[in-house]
Amino acid sequence: MLPTRAGGLRRIALIGLAGALAVTTAACASERGSGNNGASDTFIFGAAGAPKNFDPIFNDDGESFRPTRQMYDTLVTYKPGTTELQGALATAWTPSDGNKTWTFTLRQGVKFHDGTPFNAAAVCFNFDRWYNMKGAAAQSQMIYYGDVFEGFAKNEADTSGQPVYKSCEAKDDHTAVLNLNKPKGAFPDAFGLTSLSMSSPDALKKYNADNVTQSGEAFTYSPYATDHPTGTGPYKFDSFDKANNTITLVRNEDYWGEKAKTAKLIFKIIPDENARKQELAAGTIDGYDYPSPADYNSLKQAGDQVLIRPAFNILYLGINQKNNPKLKDVRVRKAIEFAINKDQLVKNRLPQGAYPQDQFLPDNVPGHTDAVEKDSYNPDAARQLLAQAGASDLALNFYVPTEVTRPYMPNPVDIAAAITDDLKAVGIKVNVVQEPWNGGYKDSVQKAGKQDLHLLGWTGDYADAGNFIGTFFGRPKPEFGFDNPQIFSALSTADAQTTPDAKKAAYENASVLISQYVPAVPLSSSPPAIVVRGNIKGLVPTPLTDERFYTVTKG
Amino acid sequence: MLRFVIRRLLQAIPTLLVLSVLVFAWLRLLPGGPATALLGDKATPEKVAAMNNVLGLDQPIPVQYVKFLGRILTGDFGASLVSGDSVLAEIGRAFPATVELALAALVLAVGFGIPMGYLAARYRGRFLDHATVLTTLVGVAVPVFFFGVLLKYVFAQKLGVLPPSGRQDVTIDATHVTGLFTLDGLLTGELDATWDAIKHLILPAVALASIPFAVIVRITRASVLDVQQEDFVRTAESKGLTTATIRQRHVLRNALLPVSTTIGLQTGLLLAGAVLTEKVFNWNGLGALLAEGIERRDYPRLQALLLLAATVYVLVNLLVDISYAIIDPRVRVR
Repeated sequence: MLPTRAGGLRRIALIGLAGALAVTTAACASERGSGNNGASDTFIFGAAGAPKNFDPIFNDDGESFRPTRQMYDTLVTYKPGTTELQGALATAWTPSDGNKTWTFTLRQGVKFHDGTPFNAAAVCFNFDRWYNMKGAAAQSQMIYYGDVFEGFAKNEADTSGQPVYKSCEAKDDHTAVLNLNKPKGAFPDAFGLTSLSMSSPDALKKYNADNVTQSGEAFTYSPYATDHPTGTGPYKFDSFDKANNTITLVRNEDYWGEKAKTAKLIFKIIPDENARKQELAAGTIDGYDYPSPADYNSLKQAGDQVLIRPAFNILYLGINQKNNPKLKDVRVRKAIEFAINKDQLVKNRLPQGAYPQDQFLPDNVPGHTDAVEKDSYNPDAARQLLAQAGASDLALNFYVPTEVTRPYMPNPVDIAAAITDDLKAVGIKVNVVQEPWNGGYKDSVQKAGKQDLHLLGWTGDYADAGNFIGTFFGRPKPEFGFDNPQIFSALSTADAQTTPDAKKAAYENASVLISQYVPAVPLSSSPPAIVVRGNIKGLVPTPLTDERFYTVTKG
Repeated sequence: MLRFVIRRLLQAIPTLLVLSVLVFAWLRLLPGGPATALLGDKATPEKVAAMNNVLGLDQPIPVQYVKFLGRILTGDFGASLVSGDSVLAEIGRAFPATVELALAALVLAVGFGIPMGYLAARYRGRFLDHATVLTTLVGVAVPVFFFGVLLKYVFAQKLGVLPPSGRQDVTIDATHVTGLFTLDGLLTGELDATWDAIKHLILPAVALASIPFAVIVRITRASVLDVQQEDFVRTAESKGLTTATIRQRHVLRNALLPVSTTIGLQTGLLLAGAVLTEKVFNWNGLGALLAEGIERRDYPRLQALLLLAATVYVLVNLLVDISYAIIDPRVRVR
């Protein structure tokens, strides 16, 4: 519609402007009126990605675990803020027969969200379900189960050999006995893995939980995993609104433990980190995970709480002995360790609270020992060792990942630059090769072993040294390109120990052997943070990053 | 005429086939793969190999392609590696979000762009004109993601008047009918949901509108100035028509012809430009789906999205050709 008079257009423009202002003002009024988003009985957490599904056994990633952890319980768990074990659905767990039998005394009066009782039969149903899982599609998704139990009744995916699981008996309603074919060092700690959460047998059957099918190159999960997860945890599943990208959980009024403080727990999926930060500032979410260390100060100044977790990870400089014969000489590897100024690295390139490492275990894992050789920064010693080994002209290919941020390495390119400078200072020529993390780096380093040096790290799953050094150095790997039977056997011996003391001693021994051999250079451990608004109380940051939100209150 | 249309339709088939080969091969030649992205940081090379075997990604690419072709001919585009949902369902969910955002941006760009362009031309060389030209320069020059972040900083973070991102407040339990959240609330009578959806729509729509708005202002301004010089305007003036009548009947109406072509072009660009805007504003549409798909090497999702884009492109071209054929019969026999 066109105006009939000359002033008409101007009038229309003015009306338009006025309208826009009115909308903004009205928006202003109503936003201010509602204050921050959501009532005090709803805790809203910003998640970086969508969960794969809600059946814990098929998951291994943080974004899937975070919501499931609030809905499920495991037999044992870790004390909040530590890596120590405490009871959960089991009040006691006793090994016998050289750790080949574990007897669980179960908590009584516990009910699943569908009202069915939790008992020994339910425990055995879960263990039997995992062991007997059929289909390559399903088995290939059970990463943690495959790792810990080393295979299934009939192996269809990559696991093979004799599985650890043998059978499960329900002695009485509240006593479950787990029989293993061989002892496994990861137990009892691994019983607390979120993957091994207890599901309601009725719900598993009713919603066809084992039916994981393959559709083209992808997997499709059962209704149990997508819409009906049924555990015993403090929150129950309500909905996953995929159009709006939000997961809503509601309080389980029949929870066996302390009831959840907020009636609702909502996860809002926000893939972009900057967007998460702005939502926190705007008050539309109450917290998010892994804030960038560069933002710690501005977050705190804005009144938010940056909660630092105890460090439970390792950053290392990998050395691959395969391509450059000089790297087979331990003096050269030691020289590399002497050349790196770990204190400076930690101070300048890593988040607040990070500390230099002289071994491949964080301090809170049994097996960490003061007996390791401490090859601290000494460029003169590095030059001497290189000369002695006839490697003064050493030239190395240093592979560095890009497009990745991990708690142990917030910015790998920066970290690599500092290390490169240190190496050059002692006369080592360094050729830096950058590759994207998911776009070639992992294949080049872990599969093809193209590098001489590389940056990698690890966050632990539970406080078992085997989960760290066993994974790194327990067998020959293209990543490191060495074969040292002494270290391999020390690690497998340690894994088979049946008492905590013997296990600790055996891992300490392995730590010393590794530090003498220098298969790689341990660099640092860094504490990851979780951030919440100033009015949030009761969130305990934990080294395993497995926070449970039922203790959280919103002021 | 029918024969022409049928011939053109048949010609589109090889085009789409070639495109599908290109899309398929390009994805598989990217370094890294879905198995690495699926299995996470702790995957050993053995696990990655086993997963590739389960997924059939260890087979030769031509074999994979033939299987893929067989599936899509039956309408099965597979499931997303990330969500496990059928990719068609994912696209169906994301499509309304992108359409809603693009429509809102278009309304803003046209609604404000044409009057501003017209006024700038009318007051040529005066303050309003200079201000408008400067604004449009900034509008074209500033990248969408920067402008978006700035808008969020001012209106969401500092002033707290509008939500920073997302499509709807998480505490609102709204029913989705069409997937257009602003419309859904009206259909279900949940007016607060519509109001909330509008508030969420304002900032991303403004960010996305910035470039088409600037383009439309400049085209309108130039076009009005052009038309004012035309002979028929002089004729109208000499006939003694009022200024208002000349402006409305002769100048504006004629000036809008090139503007409408531009609007058509910009609409296509809006859909493409939504990728960045959707990322900045956590807008759960096709752009966000594409971005996540690339990051996670979600082959089925990417294949479907890229083929969808290619098909739309081929179809639009086909429609253009057919319309030419209707207008000009000589095209048909070519």
